[in-house]
Order: sequence, then C-alpha cells, then structure tokens
Amino acid sequence: MIVVDHVSKHFGGIKAVNDCSITVETGSITGVIGPNGAGKTTLFNIIAGVYKPDSGKVLLDGVDVTGKKPHELFALGLLRTFQIAHEFSNMTVLENLMVVPPEQSGEHLVSSWLRWGRVQGEERRVRERAEEVLDSLRLGHLTFELAGNLSGGQKKLLELGRTMMTDAKVVLLDELGAGVNRTLLGELASDIERLNRDHGYTFCVIEHDMDLIGRLCDPVIVMAEGSVLMQGTMDEIKKNDDVIEAYLGGGVLKKKQPSATDATGAHPA
Amino acid sequence: MDLEIFGLFMYGISLLTMTGIYAVSCLGLNVQWGFTGLFNAGIAGFFAVGAYTSAILTTPEHAGHFGGFGLPVPVGMAASMITAGIIAYAVAKICLRLRSDYLAIATLGIAEILRLILKNEQWLTGGSLGISHIPRPFDGRGQPWSELGFLAVVVVIVLAIYWLIERGLKAPWGRVMRAIRENETAAEAAGKNVERYRLEAFVFGAMFMGLGGALSAHAFKFISPEAFEPLLVTFLVWVMLIIGGSGNNKGAILGAFIVWTIWSMTELFTGFLPSDWAIRASYIRVFLIGLILQLVLQFYAKGLIPEKPPVIPGKNGGEKAGGD
Repeated sequence: MIVVDHVSKHFGGIKAVNDCSITVETGSITGVIGPNGAGKTTLFNIIAGVYKPDSGKVLLDGVDVTGKKPHELFALGLLRTFQIAHEFSNMTVLENLMVVPPEQSGEHLVSSWLRWGRVQGEERRVRERAEEVLDSLRLGHLTFELAGNLSGGQKKLLELGRTMMTDAKVVLLDELGAGVNRTLLGELASDIERLNRDHGYTFCVIEHDMDLIGRLCDPVIVMAEGSVLMQGTMDEIKKNDDVIEAYLGGGVLKKKQPSATDATGAHPA
Repeated sequence: MDLEIFGLFMYGISLLTMTGIYAVSCLGLNVQWGFTGLFNAGIAGFFAVGAYTSAILTTPEHAGHFGGFGLPVPVGMAASMITAGIIAYAVAKICLRLRSDYLAIATLGIAEILRLILKNEQWLTGGSLGISHIPRPFDGRGQPWSELGFLAVVVVIVLAIYWLIERGLKAPWGRVMRAIRENETAAEAAGKNVERYRLEAFVFGAMFMGLGGALSAHAFKFISPEAFEPLLVTFLVWVMLIIGGSGNNKGAILGAFIVWTIWSMTELFTGFLPSDWAIRASYIRVFLIGLILQLVLQFYAKGLIPEKPPVIPGKNGGEKAGGD
C-alpha cells in the first residue's frame, strides 16, 4: 500500500503538486487521471524517488520512503515504467530483462573473475525467467533483437516485462498505453489484470485512455491543478460536473463561448 | 643479420611495445566510455600520474627529485595503478554526478592541473628536467633480447587485462554498465545503484591508464612533462578506441595497433620533408590521424570491430544470444 500524505512540490513559481494526498490500496489497480499539467507525472516521480517533495510524506506499507532513491525503492518492491519507453537500445530484448533481477553475484567484478561457474549457473536461471516473461508478453520471437529496433508498442511491453523480472509489490505505470495501438492495448490490459490477479501486483496507473482506465481501474483518482479533485469508480467520475469542467476547461458547462479557447481549452492548469 | 633488416626488426618490436602500452590505456577507456558511457577527457593526467609514480619508486636515489626508492619494477607498476585509482576516486566523487559533457570538461581540467603540478613541483618530479635512469625489465641483456623481454612483459599485461575486462563485460557486471550507458534513469529504476557502478568503472578504467603510463616510463627510461601533452595521449587513445570499436575489447587493441602504426610511420615520413615543412610536421600528423578517423567512421560507424552483445548461457544454445 502506498500512502501519499499532503505532498507538495514547486518548480519555480509553479505548484506542480499542491498538498496532494492519495492512497493506493494493496491489491488494487488504482487509476490516476487528469488533464495535462494536473501534476500526475510529478506525483509519480515523487513516489518513485526521482523528486524529493518540498513537504509531505510518502509511505510504502507504513514505512516512510520519502526522498529514497529509485534503486532503494526498487529493493523495497516499488517499481515503475516510463511514459516514454526507456529501453536499453543497444542491448538485446533478452538482455533488457536480464539486467533487472537484483543481487546477481556476477554484478561484482571479483565474482566474475573467481566464481565464473556460479555466475553462469545464475545466468541460466535468469535467462529462463526472462524467456518465460517474453513468451507471456508475446515477445518471444524478438528475444535476440536489439531493443532499439522494436516498435513503440513493443517497447511498452518490454517496460512492463522488466517489472516482471523481480517480485514487485507495487508497480507505477506511467501512461503505458500512450502510442500503443488498440489491439496491443487490449493485450496490455489483460497482462496487467493477470499480474494483478495471479501475482498479487498492486498497480497505480496514469492513463489518458478512458476505456483502459474504465476497464482496469477501481478506484480512479482525478487530479487537477496539483491536487485531488475527486476519487471514485469510473461511473461516478463520468457523471461528475467538476471533472468535466476540469477536463474541458472552465466555461464549457455554461455553453456557447465560441472562441479559440474551445479548441485548445483542455489545459486549465 | 643484415643491418637494415635488423633495424626493421627492432622497429617492429618498438612498434608492438608502444601498441601494447597504448592498448592498456585504451582498454581502460573502453571500460569508462565503451561500457559505461563516461566521457573522460583527462586520460593524459592518469597516464602521467602512473608514469611518475612508477618512476619515482623504481629509480635509484637522486637529488633532482623525490626518492627514488630503487624498488622493483612490478612494485612501481602496482603502485601506479593504486595512485591513479586513488586520484580517479577523488575526481569521481566530485565530478561523476555531472552529465557527460560536463564530466569531459571537468576531467580535461583536472588532467591539466596534474600536468602543471608535475611540471612545477620540482622537489617531487624534477620539474621540466624530468626523471631519468628509469629501470626497464630485462635491461642490459643486449639487443634485441632486452627489447624482446620488455615486449613480452607488455604482451602478458595486455592479455591479462583483456581477460579481466572481457570477463567482467560478459558477466552481469558488464550488462549493468551497458544499461547505465544506454539509459541511466532506467538502470536506476531497475534497482541498480548507478552512482556506485559509475564510480567503479571510472576508477577501474583509470587504474589501467595509470599502468599504461608506468609502462611508457619504463619503455623510454626517461620522462618529462612534455611526454604527457593531452594531444599526444588523450587524443590518440580516444581515436584508437573510436576507430577500433567502442565497447569491444578486441576493437580497443586493434585500434591501438592501427593508430600507433600510422602515428609512428608518419614520424618516419615527415623526417624526409624539407626543413621548413618539417616544422609543420607535427600538425600534419595530427591532421592525418583526424582524416583517417573521418574515413573509418564513414564506412564503419561503430568502429572496425563493433560491440557485440555477449553470449548468454541457456538451453537454446548460447551461440544464438549474439544479437547481430
């Protein structure tokens, strides 16, 4: 479970996240939506240890993890994917996954010199697991391809695959669906459901695709201007006037304001 | 033996010896840049520190500089790696958080500081007079045995370093290093302590640069600050790695061989030029190396022997794992 407790983060004069509190319950797939500039990604980066908040706390299963570095959070079971796929381009797809498992003895130079047999044995096991993950994500035929040559959607699958190479508790998915076609998106959603159901992964999902959010997420948290606007099921959110206003810009509900802002007005923040 | 052939033979030995010496430093740069993506523009500094360390420790006592201590050459070489490593550690602690281009500027500056210290701290280094009477292993056995003996030492060292680095590269250690080079943020998110690994790569690589310096001191038996011009060491080692194939250890050695051969032969060639051209010769040599770098990169963008993903053991047969 992640508890974000009254967190704020400023960049210069901009309050990117403003006194924001959310809870991601264990075993849930919690969605975070909101218009561009609502502070979703900043909030994610605070949870993931990229930014240190100006004030407030982040708790992971009751432990204060505020300001911990990403690799320390990884060790505690908190993983993330990136909005823009961060693949290791000049490494094979297989290697991209094999990087992830923690505490491989071959990560120490001296072991690579003196305990080659043991390192090789571990490599076989890690490779086996990586191949399982690739098969389950339908990437098996690309095992030895350089990750940089994959399509945008395949790279997103690879992002998800990396989180499957270790025993994660909570995974933050930052717009996993962005730039992914409909078919693949459906498959991605099934993968996420499967991980949630069979492996007990807790997910916190930023997403713009409302169908995906509606299918996967309960509860859904709506952010606007750096803080939580409301939280509920997708149906509740769809009916909420404040949410519609935040998304479509002030004045839309009052109707008939023919101006340029109607076309570009989805950026209230 | 015919005198001319014998001269050629001796030239070949010296060529290979220098190739080996540069290959040691080039392998060090491969760890830093080729694997990990650390832009070290201060190779000459670590090279010089290694050379002076070994020289001071192994020369007989002399009034013109600190020491010497008359210690055995292997002790001097080990110490050169340790000193270069310690300095690299200090530099890394200050500079490694910088992004690559800033790291380049910082290391360039530090190499220059080191060179000025070596030039001006006369009590320590003999200043611009340098240090002479540096011993060389197998010296005094007469031509060509003394030269051949030293070449053997260099070859053994190159092979040993190649083995150590290649093992690391093929192990998960190398995989993490390459991941950091490819995407630091993602490597950090994959649970790797990026700072620790970058530090390790920087120190480890710099130790070999120091050892390369020590070997050059013993090869020439004399060193002075002029021998460690950034243009000479930093530039050449970088070109060697890029031409040979950044990220590939065989490429680093091949690059050292090709670039040093060209560098050395142009020296012979420019010796025949009329005197007013000879003054410009040193620039022509640099120009030629730059031209060759351009040509090679036109046809081999990733160097002559490009990086290849290592073979990973598994039931599908490891040989399939190469991703090219």
